[in-house]
Parts: sequence; C-alpha cells; structure tokens
Amino acid sequence: MSEEQIKSLEKQFDERIARDEKIEPKDWMPEKYRQTHIRQMSQHAHSEIVGMLPEGNWITRAPSLRRKVALLAKVQDEAGHGLYLYSATETLGISRDELYEQLHTGKAKYSSIFNYPTLTWADMGAIGWLVDGAAIINQVPLCNTSYGPYARAMIRVCKEESFHQRQGYEIMIKLANGTPEQKEMAQDALNRWWWPSLMMLGPTDDKSVHTAQSMKWKLKRKTNDELRQQFIDQTVPQADLIGLTIPDPDLKWNEERQSYDFGEIDWDEFWQVVKGHGPMNKERMKARVGAWERGEWVRDAAMAHAEKKRQRKEKQAV
Amino acid sequence: MSTKNWPLWEIFVRSKNGLEHRHFGSLHAADAEMALENARDVYTRRNEGVSIWVVESKHITASNPENNGELFEPAQDKVYRHPTFYDLPDEVKHM
Repeated sequence: MSEEQIKSLEKQFDERIARDEKIEPKDWMPEKYRQTHIRQMSQHAHSEIVGMLPEGNWITRAPSLRRKVALLAKVQDEAGHGLYLYSATETLGISRDELYEQLHTGKAKYSSIFNYPTLTWADMGAIGWLVDGAAIINQVPLCNTSYGPYARAMIRVCKEESFHQRQGYEIMIKLANGTPEQKEMAQDALNRWWWPSLMMLGPTDDKSVHTAQSMKWKLKRKTNDELRQQFIDQTVPQADLIGLTIPDPDLKWNEERQSYDFGEIDWDEFWQVVKGHGPMNKERMKARVGAWERGEWVRDAAMAHAEKKRQRKEKQAV
Repeated sequence: MSTKNWPLWEIFVRSKNGLEHRHFGSLHAADAEMALENARDVYTRRNEGVSIWVVESKHITASNPENNGELFEPAQDKVYRHPTFYDLPDEVKHM
C-alpha cells in the first residue's frame, strides 16, 4: 500500500471513531492502534491475573465462611476477567503464548499496586474498597471504548466488579466498628493502601505520554488527574462515615472547586515499583512463572488425553 | 515433550429458553468437552446461561469487511422490501 493510500485509510478510520462507530477485529486499523491496544489490553489482563495473588494469600485464613466464599468468588472473577481480556486481546493477532511470554519475561507490565504485600486481614477490606474502587473508576469509561471486543469485555467486567468493592467496604465497616485493635488494623490498612491506590490511576497528566492519542481513540475518556480527583472525592466521605482517617495531612475540602485538595504523591516510589523494585515484584513473578511451569505437564496431559479420545472415537466409527 | 498449545474455541450462550444463543467470547481448551466445562466457569458464573455451544474458532468462516460493499450494498436500494414503501389511504389504520 502506498503512503497516500494509508493516509486516506487513516483519515477514514479517525472519522469512524469520531462518529462513535466501533472497530471490529477484521476491520482495517492503523498499526499503532493495534499495538497500543495490545499493550493496554494485555496489561489489563495481566493485572487481573497477578491481582489474584495478594488476595489468594488470605483465602485459607478468612475469618468466617461468609468472608471466605466472598473472597473466593472475587478471586475467581479476577481469573475470569483476565480470561475475557486475554481472548479479546488475541483478536488483534497476538497469541496467548506470546502474551504470557511477555508477562513472564517482564516485557509487559501489570498494575503496580499488586507489588505491595497483604499483611493483615484488613488488607482484604482495603483492596476491595480502594483498589477495586479505583479500578472501577478507570474501567467504567472503557465500556464505551472504540475497539468492540475490548468494550464488550469491559461491560462484563464492570457488571461483576461492583460486588468486589462492596465486600471490601463491608470488611472495613465491620473492623472499624469492632474492638480498638480491629479498628487500628483497618486504619493501618488504609494508611498503607491509600497512596498506592492514588498512584494506580497513573502518572499526572503532564507526565503521561499516551494520554493524547488514547483520548482520540476513546481508549481513555478522562485523564489520569480527572480520574484521581473523582476517586478522592468519592472515597473521602466513605472513610469519614466509618470513622477512619485518610493518611494525608494536606487533604481538605475546597469550597470553590467543590472538590478535595490533596497532598503531594511520592512519584519516586511509583516509578521504583513500576521498574521492578517494589516490595513484592520478584515474589509475584516467581509465583506466576512457577505456576505456569508447574502446570506444563497438566496442559500436555490434557492435549494427549484429547488426542486419545479422538482416536478412540475414530476407531469405533470404522 | 513438545508442548502443543490448546486450541481456541468460540463460546455461544443461550441466556434463557426462547432466546437465541449469542456469542459471549472465546477461550482455550484441549477439546470440546473441556471447552464446555471451562465456558461454564468463565462465562456463566452468575446464571447467565441455560445452554452453551462451543465451536473451534478455526471452523468459523467470516466475511471480509473489505468486501462489505458488494455484499451488503445491494440491499440498500431495495426499499420496496419494507412495508413503508407502500401507499395506503389514511382510513386504513392497521395493516
């Protein structure tokens, strides 16, 4: 194809998106659109899969059966969400194996929040309330994104996600109204998860390299700073309601903006974690790669078994 | 042992009797039976279905959007296939 032809196709493509038309897998798309979607969608899928690890840590130690079934269901949902997103990513012409390879070699990223440890049961509350809360704010606009398979996967994800946040907040309510030790445990979890949750919404707008292009493709409908403000404004009253304190001395209501002003985020910490130096980066990858390698004989056995069944059927047919 | 990758399957779910099966997504499985079991866990965790079809993706033949013109445009100028094309007196209320 000549450069001119590509230019004209790109123009038509941009117009389709501007008209809110969806792009489907077999449609022509600019190579950069394809690559950007592979990057973002796979990063999203990897986050769901790695995100099972910090919570899986507490399933066997859940304090009651009610809490245990909820946590199990939540972790199972995350596996499901990872699978929806992987298969949606595969429609862009990359194989599942390549996607796993990128995760396991560190070429692909996942959400930096999962590189923090889950030290107490209250962390299950804080993760559901804050981490899933921030994730929902990030994900709801994606239900409307331009790439059809991604938008459809996100609609399913968003429908299932709201229970995740509620079960987390319920854990926090119970602890905050419990013994002084329980309340302290809830406060400690909030202290540790608050700032990483704000960082999870991504670098500030002036530092975010992909924002402009992603807004044009409707892969992003609000900037990182807008999403972060929305998250803070929504979460602070929820903390107040249960008597917990947001660990930010600079946090205060701004009457003029009708929004909360908040303190400086430690972006050095964020970049350290993204670059692999968070408290749990090595541990998470070890667990993930280990599970993949230990599962190899199971995957091979399933294929061998399927082949045997097929042959048996063929023989019977003769 | 050489690892052979699990093939890709397309999943169709009937959400309740009376409705058609609808494409829900895809997944990898060693064979059709496992694809059904996995589809149950991946796509129907909240009673989304009463029946599941699985089809190995390679068996689906899809039309090419580049040919949409010759495929679908011929239907565009056949307005006489729609009831609104026909003139009726105002007195006829239901037809």
